[in-house]
Amino acid sequence: MILDWLSYTLITLGALLSVIGGIGLHRMPDFYCRLHAVGVTDTLCSFLILFGLSFQAGFSLATVKLFLIFAFLLFTSPTASFSLSHSAWKWGLTPIGVREDAPSMKIKVREES
Amino acid sequence: MQDNLILRVIAKALIPIIFLYAFYVQFHGDFSPGGGFQAGVIFSTAILLYALVFGMDKAADVLTDKMLIGLASGGVLLYGGVGVASMLLGGNYLDYNVLADNPVTGQHIGIILIELGVGMTVASTMLLIFFSFARRMVFR
Repeated sequence: MILDWLSYTLITLGALLSVIGGIGLHRMPDFYCRLHAVGVTDTLCSFLILFGLSFQAGFSLATVKLFLIFAFLLFTSPTASFSLSHSAWKWGLTPIGVREDAPSMKIKVREES
Repeated sequence: MQDNLILRVIAKALIPIIFLYAFYVQFHGDFSPGGGFQAGVIFSTAILLYALVFGMDKAADVLTDKMLIGLASGGVLLYGGVGVASMLLGGNYLDYNVLADNPVTGQHIGIILIELGVGMTVASTMLLIFFSFARRMVFR
């Protein structure tokens, strides 16, 4: 009973975060803001939903699989966000509200060979 | 993308897991959702990730075009061969029941062989398409 309600709460919170991320993706003005909105909410959202689902599954193989999915997402989703923003900055996409000749636009990404 | 430390570390950790998952989808395909096509795509995705992060030349060194073409046609040959084998054993084309003494075992063997053929063909064809397009971009 308590576990049920706990899992409902977690899944609802996760879904709410996902909706917030979606609204951010839709309404934010430029690429970096959109990436920020999605990249920040994405990991916590998947964590909450999978954690809530694992309460429903109990101690079973499904919980192990859910944990594996979470571990996979934990590593891939920030990496994807980083990779997108990294290449956008590297090829000179200017964030909104920043002039082309602003000092911060002079910062180059570090080249690791 | 070769100058990217985070991407390289994460890719190195993820590629074996993707291979493992591809084999799971491949060989668990007759009990659960999945099968040859999906497994082939996942398998090729792992090599594609390697090629994107570490450079295409390194991937093309291991998987030469000749080998990929051989695998692609070998998969089709395996698929057709199972069908012809079941015809030779006295059934219809792709009639798995005659492949073993027990019809259930025959179904298992037939489905696994067929899915293996599909997986080989799909994986190597995806890689061939990717390599050909990538080469065109390089030479331009």
